[in-house]
Amino acid sequence: MKDVHVECQRLMDWQELAKGCLIQEAATSLNFKTGDWRSMRPVWSEDKCIQCLFCWITCPDSAIKVKDGKVTGIDYEFCKGCGICAQICPEKASAIEMIREEK
Amino acid sequence: MQQYFEVRWHGRGGQGAKTAALLFGEAAMETGKYIQAFPEYGPERTGAPVKSFNRLADDPIRIHTQVINPNVVVVLDSSLLECLDVTEGIQEGGTLLINSQESADELKKKLAKTEGYKLAVVDASKIAMELLKRDVPNTVMLGAMVKVTGALEWDSALASIEKKLNVKFRGRKEIIEGNIKAIKRAYDEVKVA
Amino acid sequence: MKVIAKTGNEAMAYAMKQINPDVVAAYPITPATEVVQIFSNYVADGEVDTEFVAAESEHSALSACVGASVAGGRVMTSTASQGLALMHEILYIAAGNHLPIVIALVNRSLSAPINIHCDHSDTMGSREAGWMQFYSANSQEAYDSIIIALKVAETCGVPAIVSTDAFIISHCMDRLEVLEDEEVQKFIGEYNPKYYALDIGKPKTYGPLDLQDYFFEHKRSQIDAFSKVLGTYNKIAQEYEKLSGRYYPAVEEYRTDGAEVAIFTAGSTADTAKEVVDDLREQGRKIGLVRMRMWRPLPIEEIKKALSKFKAVAVMDRSDTMADFGGPVFLETRGILYDLDKRPIITDYVYGLGGRNVEIADIVRVYDEITEVAKTGKVSKPVTYLGVRGEE
Repeated sequence: MKDVHVECQRLMDWQELAKGCLIQEAATSLNFKTGDWRSMRPVWSEDKCIQCLFCWITCPDSAIKVKDGKVTGIDYEFCKGCGICAQICPEKASAIEMIREEK
Repeated sequence: MQQYFEVRWHGRGGQGAKTAALLFGEAAMETGKYIQAFPEYGPERTGAPVKSFNRLADDPIRIHTQVINPNVVVVLDSSLLECLDVTEGIQEGGTLLINSQESADELKKKLAKTEGYKLAVVDASKIAMELLKRDVPNTVMLGAMVKVTGALEWDSALASIEKKLNVKFRGRKEIIEGNIKAIKRAYDEVKVA
Repeated sequence: MKVIAKTGNEAMAYAMKQINPDVVAAYPITPATEVVQIFSNYVADGEVDTEFVAAESEHSALSACVGASVAGGRVMTSTASQGLALMHEILYIAAGNHLPIVIALVNRSLSAPINIHCDHSDTMGSREAGWMQFYSANSQEAYDSIIIALKVAETCGVPAIVSTDAFIISHCMDRLEVLEDEEVQKFIGEYNPKYYALDIGKPKTYGPLDLQDYFFEHKRSQIDAFSKVLGTYNKIAQEYEKLSGRYYPAVEEYRTDGAEVAIFTAGSTADTAKEVVDDLREQGRKIGLVRMRMWRPLPIEEIKKALSKFKAVAVMDRSDTMADFGGPVFLETRGILYDLDKRPIITDYVYGLGGRNVEIADIVRVYDEITEVAKTGKVSKPVTYLGVRGEE
């Protein structure tokens, strides 16, 4: 029995499937890059950032990269460009700016 | 159809009509009978008239119908005579056993049907008050029941009830001994009219 | 083997105790309250190792069961009527995820009007959820069925409902034979699911979104797993017979040899009808009884085989479909018999709703009427409401 994999090319027959739509690995969403859905791009400025981590808490796609308790950037492979991070960023800091995505 | 021995218990919610049927059923099972014991459920409120039933047989019991024509009717509370016909459906030659301080003749005035069955009376409430300090006539009535119906062998029935009381009251000697004494007294004091 | 006196509820709770599940999550409801109450006593007294979850509703109770089962536990619960209705959504989730949860259920009518007594409308309303269904005729069978159903469920990855009739069985003390704890443990064996969420070395994803490209395939595979249940059931029922001496076929035939007509029914009424069959047989009547014990998966070939030999069959249904054409057992049985070249005439008696007593005389009447139908070949009334005032 194989499991459904997001990257599988051929659609499998029912006899080939694992029972109950069980996927035999975890965190398969990592295989599903949603970054190309973006029409607006958040740009983070390290010098303006006050490291409040509000953006990290509120990002619905866990796309704010953090290392050792500090924001280090934005994961554009998964950021869908919703703009919540820019909205939540304290006004006096305004460390995230939304700009038009250009491909 | 095989012969069944059927019992209907009348009581008021809280008097232990269900427990009496369960105790009687289990005692009968230990004498080798096949048994059923079941209550009639409705809105269960303390003081409301309730019924429970037994069905006994020598072979496995398969029927699951209500008891319509009991061999024995036991009334735990004689005030029930004022509000319902306890003789309803009683079998020809059957037994009606009532817990009351009144005589059989006085009780007959309150019964819808007075012929065709045996009437037995015992003041189980008085026995319970004296020996258990509470008006819980249900186990007491078992003694009278075994006596007047001859349905079970006395010694083994008593042993089974004692065992069951032991479990229920978790070895509280006073209550268990009081109950056994009360059952024996009812056995001795019940009068058949 | 031990002989004990137990009510249906006590018998089911006792079987659960002997199974000693990892998790029981439940919410009490009349008339199944005692199952949960007695079982929680076993937990409190340390007689089982079960994690008992007192949920705030049946929806939550079964949801907790699903979680525990996904985690890899042996999981059981108990409910009745409205409780099963409230579980309805989660029934499909348990079945779709192939989680072998077992429900000890008491069949009680569904509101409105509100009623606490027996009919089969609760489980009949859940018959498409992907759960096995076993209708027990007495406490002994309820006890045995819980143990058998658990093993079938875990073998097939299909959940199961074992039911008894409200009050008639659930609250009736009866004489029954029980196995020793070790015998039950040996019979059911250890539960080792192939996949489970707490297998932390091999993390998995459960319950993902499954759209047009794969949902249908997963459903088809669920239907396939369900179709294999009957074969496994037959094998396990035979194993259980070796252990206990009691055998429960999916469809039971009682004195059908040479019979021209039969009643086809389930639950405690089938037990009562056996007594009627014996009586009428003594009078030389050519009648028999077929008992529907397993209703999901539908034992189609067994039903065909059992019923094809009669001239006429009277189904007794303890619920109605609101299709203005009788009960579910009647409708599905008609469908099953359609394929036969020579099929019996079939009529339906909807009876006992809301716990209405079924009397010996009612069953005799059904035998009389179906005998007449077989003789004349004419059905004047395909569906009869038996024992209701205002109708003949």
